[in-house]
Amino acid sequence: MRHRDFIAFIFPSVVAMILFIAIPIVSVVVQSLYVEHDRVLIEVENCGPFGCTTETRVDAEATAEMKAEQPLGKFNGLGTYFNRAHLAVDELKAIFADNDGFGDIVAQIYNLPFYKALSFTLVYTFLVTPLCMIFGFLIALGVNAIPKVVKGPVIFLSLLPYIVTPLIGSLILFWMINSDGVIGASLQYIFNDPELSLKASPVLMWMVLIIYGTWHMAPFCFVVFYAGLQTLPTDTLESAMIDGANRWERIRYVVIPHLVPLATFVGLVLLMDNFRVFEPIVGFSSEAHATSLSWAIYNDLSGQVDQLYGSAAATSVLTMIGVLIILTPVLIRTWRDFSRRAR
Amino acid sequence: MMMMKTTAASIAALVLGTGAAFADCGIESGSVRILANDFDALGIVIDEAKTCASDTVSVEANMTSEHKSLQVPALTINPAQYTVALVANNSIVPLLNDDLIRPLDDLVAEYGDSLQESQLIRVDGEVVAIAFMGNAQHLFMRSDILEEAGIETPTSYEEILEAAKVLREKGIMEYPLAAADLPGWNLAAEFVNMYLGMGGDFFEAGSAEPSINNETGMKTLEMMKALTEYMSPEYMTYDANEMKALYLADEVAIMNQWGSMVNGHIDPEGPAPEIGEATMLAPAPFVGGGATPAAALWWDGFTIAKNISDEDAAASFQAMVYGARPEVAQANPTGATWLMKDFDAPESANGVLGTAAEGARAYPMTPYMGLLHTALGAELAEFMQGSEGAEQALSDVEAAYRAAATEAGFLN
Repeated sequence: MRHRDFIAFIFPSVVAMILFIAIPIVSVVVQSLYVEHDRVLIEVENCGPFGCTTETRVDAEATAEMKAEQPLGKFNGLGTYFNRAHLAVDELKAIFADNDGFGDIVAQIYNLPFYKALSFTLVYTFLVTPLCMIFGFLIALGVNAIPKVVKGPVIFLSLLPYIVTPLIGSLILFWMINSDGVIGASLQYIFNDPELSLKASPVLMWMVLIIYGTWHMAPFCFVVFYAGLQTLPTDTLESAMIDGANRWERIRYVVIPHLVPLATFVGLVLLMDNFRVFEPIVGFSSEAHATSLSWAIYNDLSGQVDQLYGSAAATSVLTMIGVLIILTPVLIRTWRDFSRRAR
Repeated sequence: MMMMKTTAASIAALVLGTGAAFADCGIESGSVRILANDFDALGIVIDEAKTCASDTVSVEANMTSEHKSLQVPALTINPAQYTVALVANNSIVPLLNDDLIRPLDDLVAEYGDSLQESQLIRVDGEVVAIAFMGNAQHLFMRSDILEEAGIETPTSYEEILEAAKVLREKGIMEYPLAAADLPGWNLAAEFVNMYLGMGGDFFEAGSAEPSINNETGMKTLEMMKALTEYMSPEYMTYDANEMKALYLADEVAIMNQWGSMVNGHIDPEGPAPEIGEATMLAPAPFVGGGATPAAALWWDGFTIAKNISDEDAAASFQAMVYGARPEVAQANPTGATWLMKDFDAPESANGVLGTAAEGARAYPMTPYMGLLHTALGAELAEFMQGSEGAEQALSDVEAAYRAAATEAGFLN
């Protein structure tokens, strides 16, 4: 392809990427550097059906003047990134300066909202991703081995968790684990403990969320691996069989190596997706036990009356940085494979 | 033939119906565009306002629970997307902060004959909103269960704890209490209620500095935690709707529930008419020997946008006054705790009215209260689960609030 043709070919998609990806990201980064103007407060008397009280109000005119001068708000530099709702630099210093040993440091850091969200997000990402891939691979092997007649329906059924909207899926499961629900009540019966509640204990709640995440995402891995299995070189498999390899050995030495490039791709997608976990937290009402970075952004934007755009933007930028950090090892590996093959 | 007749009759009814729907609101022309939260009582008022529509007057409404996130951007543009925003004590604040609603004094003088003085929401002497219904959380109790246990009607949280203990010891109910302790808005509202009942103030006078990390705050949290002892272990996942479901499932005996939800609990055609029959409504309980009930009072009302033509503003005001006229309250007595003139309050409104009569305080209209509310909702969860002390929780709330208030420009 000539250079000019290539540019003409790729031009529309570059424009779309700049418009819908690059510019929004730049605007989020800019937004995260600003906070609102200092408000001019005045004391006034408010009256209503329940009597009068003295309260403060914002002097809207004076505030509007400042806004007209600097519509973006007050420049705050990286201040938002370092405040308590995000990286909490001052709080961290204080914790390291004054603590009762390692356990206390961990507990105190976990008490900061950003680190609390980050810990669940990381645990979720690094458990759900491998679990999904393992289960997806096992399902793919299973489906590949069943007779052709039932394959269609089985594939459809295995895909269902992925088809169901995440929020609906998590709500259904949430109702089932309620102590009146099928799963909740059965567990109480099995463990003979009427107090047992999956929703009341942080550890159990984390487990439920991780199981849910695996249940929801495994079909994605299954589909990709199943497609990969269709391209297995039959002659290699047959020669392995002639050499006396059993089923396990064939999987270990033929199937898995064949699927490794696919697994890298699946891993990348899953890491990105899982790092942005959000719906199950809302669906399972698990804010008390587990929050995630995406949930923190949502929480900033859906406060009772105020929206903290700067704070949400800062968390978004930190999430993007997080995704990049997590993906770096996989990307480096892919790059190495690529250059090795090119050689 | 029979079918024909019915059809003809329904067409006639439809024609008559639409004919009657052209109510005389005295509006010459204009466009009325309403933004509102989505619950039944507001629907009653909006449906009435819609009958003002005519060839020259258009009335549209958008009822959505996302109204709070829509209102500021929608009223900032000029002309504003909506001419009327239905608000409550808390949601009016962002509109005031950004100067998006107009003073109503002139409109009240011209078109507000049917309004009562107490319906006018004044800020610094100017009327900024017209309230038409009140709301508060108050006690819903199962009189049959209390009777069975031989308990006198509790009027304070201390008595409620004792009652719960008796109910448990007599084996009548293991978890007789419930509260909307779902982290977020609900949990914060529970704290606000209890803290008001204890007589606390949220901020240092005249400033945005929080002042909840004190003895009153500690006592508030202690009481909230003590109550959870008698709640089902999943109490941290309950909001008001979940509480209603539990109550109707015969699993709760005493709870502090929203007055606006009374109908859903005592509905004779609802899922549990016998529970509705046995329900006793009472004002919100006192706590810690305080003088005011432990519940914030709320009002719902309407505001008129600033960035619209005077013609639309007058039309909108008239339509809303018509929608919230005294006859509407009389025709729908159980619809809400109406604030209109001559409202003959039925039994179902007594919880809210009683709470107000006992001197409960209104939810603060302070510009930064929303930020504190959000901080409370997020930071009290760990204390409620027992993984953190009360003092730590309160200092976390203040720290989280400070970070948000600094970003919003209220603190330096």
